[in-house]
Amino acid sequence: MIPELGQWCMVLALLLAGIQAIVPMAGSYLGDEALMRSARPLAYGQCLFLLLAFLLLAQSFVAQDFSVAYVAQNSNLDLPVAYRISAVWGAHEGSLLLWTLILSLWTVAVAVFSRGLPLSFISRVLAVLGLVSVGFLILTIFASNPFLRHLPPLADGNDLNPLLQDPGLIIHPPMLYVGYVGFSVAFAFAVAALLDGRVDQQWVRWSRPWTNVAWSFLTLGIGLGSWWAYYELGWGGWWFWDPVENASFMPWLIGAALIHSQAVTEKRGTLRTWTLLLSIAAFSLSLMGAFLVRSGVLTSVHAFASDPTRGLYILIFLGVVTGGALLIYALRAPRIAGGPPLGWCSREALLLLNNLLLATACAMVLLGTLYPLLVDALGMGKISVGPPYFGNLFYWLMAPLVLLIPLGPLTRWQGDRWADVLQPLRLFAVIAAVAGLLLAWLSGDSSVKSVLGLIGALWVALGTLVFLLRRVARRQPGRPLLSAEMLGMSLGHVGVAIFIIGVMLTEALSIERDVRLEPGQTETIGAYQFRYVSMRHLDGPNYRADEALIQVLVDDELVAEMRPQKRGYRGGQVMTEAAINPGLFRDLYVALGEPVGANEAWAMRLYHKPMIRWIWLGAIFMMLGGLISAAESRLYRRVRQSAAEGAAGAHA
Amino acid sequence: MNWRLALPLLLFVALGVLLFSGLGKDPKLIPSPLVGKPAPAFAIENLRDPDARVDSAQLRGQPYLLNVFASWCAACRIEHPVLEAYARQGKVRLIGLNYKDRREDAIAWLQRFGDPYEAVAWDIDGRVGLDYGVYGAPETFVVDAQGIIRYKHVGPVSPDVMEQTILPLLAGGGS
Repeated sequence: MIPELGQWCMVLALLLAGIQAIVPMAGSYLGDEALMRSARPLAYGQCLFLLLAFLLLAQSFVAQDFSVAYVAQNSNLDLPVAYRISAVWGAHEGSLLLWTLILSLWTVAVAVFSRGLPLSFISRVLAVLGLVSVGFLILTIFASNPFLRHLPPLADGNDLNPLLQDPGLIIHPPMLYVGYVGFSVAFAFAVAALLDGRVDQQWVRWSRPWTNVAWSFLTLGIGLGSWWAYYELGWGGWWFWDPVENASFMPWLIGAALIHSQAVTEKRGTLRTWTLLLSIAAFSLSLMGAFLVRSGVLTSVHAFASDPTRGLYILIFLGVVTGGALLIYALRAPRIAGGPPLGWCSREALLLLNNLLLATACAMVLLGTLYPLLVDALGMGKISVGPPYFGNLFYWLMAPLVLLIPLGPLTRWQGDRWADVLQPLRLFAVIAAVAGLLLAWLSGDSSVKSVLGLIGALWVALGTLVFLLRRVARRQPGRPLLSAEMLGMSLGHVGVAIFIIGVMLTEALSIERDVRLEPGQTETIGAYQFRYVSMRHLDGPNYRADEALIQVLVDDELVAEMRPQKRGYRGGQVMTEAAINPGLFRDLYVALGEPVGANEAWAMRLYHKPMIRWIWLGAIFMMLGGLISAAESRLYRRVRQSAAEGAAGAHA
Repeated sequence: MNWRLALPLLLFVALGVLLFSGLGKDPKLIPSPLVGKPAPAFAIENLRDPDARVDSAQLRGQPYLLNVFASWCAACRIEHPVLEAYARQGKVRLIGLNYKDRREDAIAWLQRFGDPYEAVAWDIDGRVGLDYGVYGAPETFVVDAQGIIRYKHVGPVSPDVMEQTILPLLAGGGS
């Protein structure tokens, strides 16, 4: 009964989404206020039914209803309740339902927080979001229905992929989806603005906070994914340039570009068409990510069970959404006035450079990800692109960007003189260079790349400091020291510096050692002595494990006890549960390899990883930066003002 | 229409065509034209010993798995514990083809993750890989006692694939 109710909820949501896509849009062209006013209630209704469907699916998991095929495939009687709930989005069908639910939650948020916008505009925004939702619901209901019955019911189910049985994985996908789907708002605003024809700075101001929030969640989602890969895969790495990682990284890069180009368009009125294009691109890349992950076109570590039919469907959907938006862009963008010209020494010019670099980086990742496909399509055989391509190109593409980061905030809009911009930075450039060299020398790391990287990171951090100091020095009485926007920007840039320091030092200084140890033996890495004490067996709810006890000593003083595991799950999969002793300045990491020989001797991998936490700390700073700048009151204040103006104009 | 503004649309259409072309060619499902044919012969450097060679002619007599792997290949690490477990239990005879890899990287990788291979051929320039139609790592070929390729698996070998496809083929033996 419950699965059938769930299906009905999805069908009702589809109907409401269909009406939401058509009626308010028609109303906006007919000037029919009643039709336009239907947009909000339709969005609320759709969200309600999707929420119900989602809860009903969760209920099927909790109640272990193995007559539902999806439940039977992804959980079993032994699976703990927490993982039964996260199993709802543990595979393709359920994660698609979650994706759709999050889309409708975003839609509701737009409907609620857009009271100040002109009715015709918001009707079009909600109609576009409704159309996107229709696409996802058709895919869910007709090609990926999570409520399909498997009759007669199974006595017990399979298991959730053990890789996903982990707290990090409970929250990683939802955060990622919140980010992906969040770009649909900027997309819908851009399409509505294009349809309106009279594109001005207004729509950008309205969509800015949404973009920032979406990007922040995407940052969090990617950071969580990287953290999870680090401790769960047992390789000690944090980024692999895997197609699925790239799929999430491309919208992130374009989202970062969009945040900056929106700032330019909102404040100066330039780069209008570029901002429109980026808004379309960010969401389109999110959709393409879904296609790459779910269609089986590329092989990947964490691809979903792939299905060419679904792939074809997502491709058609992508064609309608992106193709349609780009067609409207091609037809309507010529009407958009160019805005004031760019001066070469101005903040907008620097931000344009930033955008070009980020967009090039994204194109580079796209090319590397799709290259195997391209070569195959051209009949030149099949190949795969390894991390060396990405790592190298990305480093050199980001280097000029890092150089530019401190300059942007210190350069005035419209026009400035290079001498004035660079003058306060000269001293700090020298300090960054000296400190960077010193740091590299102290840490015994001498490759050109990491020395330059360290100098770059310090340059960004000090440049941001200069910006903050100048704010303090020029403080005007009665005005806040820093607007939320400026604070968010500074935090984000400091996050970049922290991230780079983490990456450079981790990559350069990590010590990895593969050893064979018997109980009682000790291996020394730097100042740390790893002593293998004992091994024991233990039984988890749905796995058996070997667990080693390892004591870590510094100068004969115990600093940590670590318990790495090797688990065998019911399905036969073997998982390495690394033991990690985290610290702000270093991680100790032990992963079990294989038993070798008698006496409980095991092959083990021991790592000393300095500064690796800084990678995720940097991501957290960037996320906070994005969220805080979204709270910029100026954006909301002017929305109300301009809405009042708009309303006045409409009545005049 | 302004062609400059239509450029993104045209690029997108090209991208769409590319993605569509990929759909028909699911990389995991392509049957190799080599299945049922003799495994291409090779005699190349032994990864572990530059002075020795791995000669495909000498591998005959017993069926074996030819596993294409590389240290730069993330998915190889996924399948490695599976291959290792089956090889150590003596259920499969495992020959490695180290594909487009640096020798020191590959040796370090094997030291780190375990080395279950009876022999590892070092295919630095991917020439043997070309003969076998390899388009990426990991790939695994099932070769029978007569040196005939019986099956090709693309992507990581899972316990399922091992139990349901590869072991039955090996049990079917030299027929």
